[in-house]
Amino acid sequence: MIAPKKIAKLAVAALITIALLILLQSLLMPKYMTEILEGALISEYYREENKDHDVIFIGDCEVYENFSPVTLWQEYGITSFIRGSAQQLIWHSYYLLEETLKYEKPKVVVFNVLSMKYDRPQKEAYNRMALDGMPLSVTKLKSIKASMMDDEKFITYIFPILRYHSRWSELTAEDFKYLFKKDRVTHNGYLMRVDVKPLTTIPTERKLANYRFSDICYEYLDKMTELCKKNGIELVLIKAPTIYPHWYDEWDKQMEDYAEENNLLYINFLKYTDEIGIDYQTDTYDAGLHLNLSGAEKLSRYFGKIIQEEFNLPDRRNDEKLSRIWAAKADLYVQEMEKQYAELEELGYLKAFNSRRNDE
Amino acid sequence: MLFTSYNFILFLLSLFIIYYIIPKKYQWMLLLAASFFFYSFSGWDNVAYITVTIIATYFAALKIGQLHLQQESYLKENKGSLSKEEKKAYKEKVKSSQKKYLLICLFFDLGILAVLKYTNFVISNINSISRIFNAGEISFLDIALPMGISFYTFQSVGYLVDVYRGKYLPEKNIGKFALFVSFFPQLVQGPISRFDDLGHQLYSGHGFDFRNVSFGMQRIIWGFFKKLVIADRILPAVKTITQNPDTYQGIYVLVGMVFYAVQLYADFTGGIDITIGIAEVLGIKLKENFERPFFSKSTAEYWRRWHITMGTWFRDYVFYPVSVSNAMLKVSKFSREKLGEKTGKRVPVYLSTIIVWFATGIWHGASWNFIVWGLLNCLVIIVSQELEPFYAWFHNRFNVRGKFIFKLFQVGRTFLLMSAIRILDCYRNVPVTFRMYWSVFTKWNINELFNGALLKLGLDKADYFVLVFGIIIMIAVSLAQRSGSIREKLSARPEIVRYAAYVGLFISIIVFGAYGIGYDSNQFIYNQF
Repeated sequence: MIAPKKIAKLAVAALITIALLILLQSLLMPKYMTEILEGALISEYYREENKDHDVIFIGDCEVYENFSPVTLWQEYGITSFIRGSAQQLIWHSYYLLEETLKYEKPKVVVFNVLSMKYDRPQKEAYNRMALDGMPLSVTKLKSIKASMMDDEKFITYIFPILRYHSRWSELTAEDFKYLFKKDRVTHNGYLMRVDVKPLTTIPTERKLANYRFSDICYEYLDKMTELCKKNGIELVLIKAPTIYPHWYDEWDKQMEDYAEENNLLYINFLKYTDEIGIDYQTDTYDAGLHLNLSGAEKLSRYFGKIIQEEFNLPDRRNDEKLSRIWAAKADLYVQEMEKQYAELEELGYLKAFNSRRNDE
Repeated sequence: MLFTSYNFILFLLSLFIIYYIIPKKYQWMLLLAASFFFYSFSGWDNVAYITVTIIATYFAALKIGQLHLQQESYLKENKGSLSKEEKKAYKEKVKSSQKKYLLICLFFDLGILAVLKYTNFVISNINSISRIFNAGEISFLDIALPMGISFYTFQSVGYLVDVYRGKYLPEKNIGKFALFVSFFPQLVQGPISRFDDLGHQLYSGHGFDFRNVSFGMQRIIWGFFKKLVIADRILPAVKTITQNPDTYQGIYVLVGMVFYAVQLYADFTGGIDITIGIAEVLGIKLKENFERPFFSKSTAEYWRRWHITMGTWFRDYVFYPVSVSNAMLKVSKFSREKLGEKTGKRVPVYLSTIIVWFATGIWHGASWNFIVWGLLNCLVIIVSQELEPFYAWFHNRFNVRGKFIFKLFQVGRTFLLMSAIRILDCYRNVPVTFRMYWSVFTKWNINELFNGALLKLGLDKADYFVLVFGIIIMIAVSLAQRSGSIREKLSARPEIVRYAAYVGLFISIIVFGAYGIGYDSNQFIYNQF
């Protein structure tokens, strides 16, 4: 038998070891504060004190780059948060929604349907960006299981130090600076960019052998629909007005049919670019893949009106507490905008996005 | 299931917990189930091969043992009525029957090993000859070598021969015997255990012993450190040098030799540490397989300290039987007559040595590289033995015996010599290896080490930093081990020191280990043998 004193000592030793490992893990995990900011998106929601949102957006860059919650507030008094991440796949979106509903019950959930085209995990980096920021929960475990690539290991999502251990030789001042506390890089999930890169050519679309979305994607879309219905939430399917990757008519038809069958609102914004007022010479920062601030604000104004009317979302700008909160958010929003314009003027580019990968 | 995989760690932790929860009498059954579960990850066809070896060896040994018992009881019953000649004749008759079972089973067990391991090697040699005569070529067989087959076959053969020699009686319970052959920690890379060492430990129950568990865990962690921090990190450089012989010659061949020596040592001893540590947690003590071999002052000493259980296996089951075989006795007689007593008596010894080293070489791998590797080792040992009088003269003449600096020279010389021979494991074939040996003398340029080329071997500065850190720790541990067990020494130190050592080691593995995405999952080198 082991003496109680020894057990106590072992327990203390184990606790100290765990604390050390947690500290090391925090140090070694990427911080995403000065570049590849997309990696910081998911965790920001959990640091948001005011989790009272009328609208939750879920999806890939077509939501976190194209909608501005501050504009929705300022124009319509709608509170919203974007739970987006780079190349968020439909199972990521579903489980993020499932988890968000543990914190709050929005009136509307907006899902960008571009991810219907992916029936399997694409890249470990995107999985990491979608999953590492989630706190440990059963929902996260289910999401990990659904998301892993063949060469990934489940345990490395539970203990990310096992994935990021080799970063010890790449640590920078950023890793120490943000060891305990991170800055916010988004505005309620919106990743702002003010730079402009006009659309010059539209790549010709490739013909596909099969245009039908796969069963696994429909399965998750069904689950999402079911989850929203169960919680009395209106699910809105959207296709953001970005030119590329190409959104095929066959895909659009499938989404229209699905929305009709399930009594959902589906909006393909590509059909309404003139009404929205998008000018692809000024409203995109990467030649049509994503909207910049100007484009995002135009789209938000257009969409805010639709959802407010369609779902009777109240204008909450009279709510004193909310007004205070959102005024602070708007200040930060303006500060960021001014900072980016200044940087653009000085450097000709935005530092944080200069090292962007081309494959997003 | 790799020893270094997450699944294996989970498997181990579950096993340890269940092992000490269940009644002791069922522990061996759990180990048997765990061993087959572990082995099944390598493929069900492999499970079939090991099962066949177990069944064949079990029944052959049982039969040989029965004949022993029959003989004993017959001789006892007829103690007074049999003449000396009749007893002798009866014994010979029994021995002959036993030999029949022994040979059939040896043929069967070694036959499986030979067919699976050497068929394609034989075919490639036949094809090489056929090409000379423009004859057709034979297709290679699509067979994969079962994991650990060389180890479990040798362990089975050792058991069978021991039973034949009457060293012990055969195990009656086939399940228990199956556990002896398949005991998972040692199944894939040894050590090669003897039944009289291991059997009773496997079958008798073990209560939870904190010291055993703690020491076992420490040994496992030490093994992981060597494998993940050192062996797998240096691996890319070894591969780069040895797989690009046209680029890396001269000084880089030497670098490759030293790097591979470090890699193989850390890999193999690391694996054995994990093996012995696992057994220790289970309350089972396995034989040590290494005794700081790189501190050896001669090749013969090196081979007494490197892969010890393999060396003793070849000594007991190949060298001795070959040395005292009728054929060798005839050779001995002949050579003494023809070459004189002094020289003649060396012939059978050296002949047996050559046979053993040929077998050792080919056991390591079905290729000419390994055969030449074995024969080169043999050559060095024989030459050293022949030069013994010269060494004695030299030591006395220059009064160097026992001097530290001379010992250091001997250690360095042995290390380099063994490293040079060992690099045959890595190069594509024997001619390339000898070409590389030659380049060490003809293309030597030490400046090549300082022109940044070391950073193009697949290792960056950080990797070298980790390697130096790991190797220093490994050497320090080996030095400290000379005066006794490190774990014993550590256990006598204050708790805070112990804690710092264990946690430091553990965290070093987690942070500096070469594992996960970006690193290949590397099987232990000896798993392939």
